[in-house]
Amino acid sequence: MMPLETFGLPEIIAGIMLLALNAYVLTGGADFGGGVWDLLASGSSRDEQRSLIERSIAPIWEANHVWLIVVVVLLFSAFPPAFGTLGMVLHIPLSLLLVGIVLRGSAFVFRSYGGRAHGRQWGTLFAVTSLITPVILGMIIGAIVSDRVGVASTRVGTSGFVEVFVRPWLSAFTIAVGAFALALFAFLAATYLTLAADTDNLREAFRRRALGAALFVFVLAAVALALSFQAAPRVAHGVAGAWWSLPLHLGTAAAAITAIVALWRRRYRIARVAVAAQVSLVLWGWALAQLPYLVPPTLTLRDAASPRETLTLLLVGLCAGFVILIPSLRYLYHTFARASES
Amino acid sequence: MSDLFAARTQMALSLGFHIVFAEIGIAMPVLMVLAEWRWTRTEDAVFLQLAKRWAKGTAILFAVGAVSGTVLSFELGLLWPRFMQLAGPIIGVPFSLEGFAFFTEAIFLGVYLYGWDRISRRAHLAAGVIVAVSGAASAVFVVMVNAWMNTPAGITLSGATISAVDPIAGMFNPSTVQQTLHMLLAAYAATGLAVAGIHAAVLLRKRDSAFHRAAFTIALGVGVPAAILQPVSGDLSARTVAAWQPIKLAALEGQFATERGAPLRIGGWPNVQREKTSFALEIPRGLSLLAFHDPSAEVRGLTAFPRDLWPPIIPVHFGFQIMVGLGTAMALVSACVLFLFVRHRPIVDRAWLLRLLAIVAPFGFIATEAGWTVTEVGRQPWVVQGVIRTADAVTPMPGLVVPMTIFALLYLALSAIVVTLVRSLVRETT
Repeated sequence: MMPLETFGLPEIIAGIMLLALNAYVLTGGADFGGGVWDLLASGSSRDEQRSLIERSIAPIWEANHVWLIVVVVLLFSAFPPAFGTLGMVLHIPLSLLLVGIVLRGSAFVFRSYGGRAHGRQWGTLFAVTSLITPVILGMIIGAIVSDRVGVASTRVGTSGFVEVFVRPWLSAFTIAVGAFALALFAFLAATYLTLAADTDNLREAFRRRALGAALFVFVLAAVALALSFQAAPRVAHGVAGAWWSLPLHLGTAAAAITAIVALWRRRYRIARVAVAAQVSLVLWGWALAQLPYLVPPTLTLRDAASPRETLTLLLVGLCAGFVILIPSLRYLYHTFARASES
Repeated sequence: MSDLFAARTQMALSLGFHIVFAEIGIAMPVLMVLAEWRWTRTEDAVFLQLAKRWAKGTAILFAVGAVSGTVLSFELGLLWPRFMQLAGPIIGVPFSLEGFAFFTEAIFLGVYLYGWDRISRRAHLAAGVIVAVSGAASAVFVVMVNAWMNTPAGITLSGATISAVDPIAGMFNPSTVQQTLHMLLAAYAATGLAVAGIHAAVLLRKRDSAFHRAAFTIALGVGVPAAILQPVSGDLSARTVAAWQPIKLAALEGQFATERGAPLRIGGWPNVQREKTSFALEIPRGLSLLAFHDPSAEVRGLTAFPRDLWPPIIPVHFGFQIMVGLGTAMALVSACVLFLFVRHRPIVDRAWLLRLLAIVAPFGFIATEAGWTVTEVGRQPWVVQGVIRTADAVTPMPGLVVPMTIFALLYLALSAIVVTLVRSLVRETT
């Protein structure tokens, strides 16, 4: 638990960073989820499903992707030692993440603009990389929260290659978290797509898919949680012991149940809000479980924070930036609220 | 291959790949907005067709630029964690501002590309203008960081760590204005003349195509002024290098001995063992005149500095010769176009000029790569001039040749695909 008097600039910037990551997960995450449904498109409406996914993502995916860049830039501006530590120990998964991001983005535009000649090949590459990238993202988060990144960073140069550069992020627990992230993104995407769909047939197809994804979310959450008692005591403790854990988990459970009931009863707007709330609460739960650490158990937010001058300027820049950004994003989403109108 | 060399190669490949798409991402929006603006003024459907075709090309190239830029922001930590630990507090501020500029660019590019039938004409054109302006702003913020690496300001060092920072002073360091200006002009000159050259090549076969005439004229309107102004901005940059990075100046000129009234060398082979540049065409007192605006000014040569502070001389010297040579050619051809334009003489109907422009088309991008080599390799062995060496900044992770190879193959494949796609886009309209 964090006493109030230690709440200052580093915590504010970290909070904004988490909000940006939250925005990335809700928007960019859903774009990855769209790729999953592109890969799994089936039935008589297969082509319509793919076309709906493409039309929904096309105008907004690049803007959505920038949230990730905002997170990275804030991390290296406000908490440089943490960025350095993650870059060192997580070199391999971060590189794989980048390859995934590059291939997915390129494949998407090549499919949209490259004519129909190789459309399906690009589509497959887009879909497969959409599958891999969220898993790696989840593995990275699992690795950080399991303390293994922090511990490995103290052993650079003294322990072996596998010990420092592979084992921290490659374990049953991190893989479970990766699969959980993928299921969450697919759940998000399918729920969003029920609202974007322009025919009842398509809407029903994505409703069924959303409900199916919800099942995976529950199973994988249970698996990750079970593994966390051994691999990531911070998570287990967060679930069981801390003061915030009960309200947070009640909230998450309520959101999850609301989402499923709303999907079941075809109340799609409610379902969208509930799914977004559920995913956000999972993310905030992770962040709270880590506090006061940025890279547990070695780097706290305070230890990693840049000098006051930098943080103050960053805060001013962020406020000014958001004044431009928020109305722009609203305008973008408003303009393309329904994929069907084009 | 050592890990340090692999890391440097990977970073160089990533930047060298990204910079081309970044330049196109800065300049193409200006071209497409000009075409759309001509359409709203003349109602001539050719301009609308042109704006849409350019927008399509921009979409492909911008996406590749965006993903390769993402790679770079991560690579700063993946390859140079110790550089970021030191420099993060100061370069983070311009990078954050760049983040917002890039965000604005991506949002309004989405609106522009997919909003033709959804928003008013005026709003659509405004979206295009926002894309062009925020693209230029992104470039300014990013180059600010590079300028700081060349001439760091706003930091107080105590030993190996920074004890006090002033990010504003860091942003407005002695190289900021010169470098950002040089980069922006490079983007407009390279892209404008490349597009003009592509359409010139088509016009040689189809002189009457209204589409290609329109495209050619607008592209020249952006490329020609930038290419003519670039030598002036280059002079500003060179004088800043002379004042703040004397070793880099000596390396790019192949100046080994310290002398008053130093000559300007064109070409030549710097012989590092014998500390002498042979076979160069020497213009007496030229270097002193250009670098310090004084024909008898003293230019410090490489031998005035310890050898471990020398950058690799050969690539820096040749990079500089290539950049200046190609830039001069672009400026001369552009001057011809400007001369005909002010005399109200036709431009499109001169086959020799179309041929020249088609030849000059790739020069801007080659000059950009060469110039980037000069500024980056010329700063070695430092990653931040005088503050931290590249060798001390590199990650301790072993086996860096593996990621380097993977990214090299990735960039190679992407380049091949992009070239094929752009080609088919140009062919669609011929």
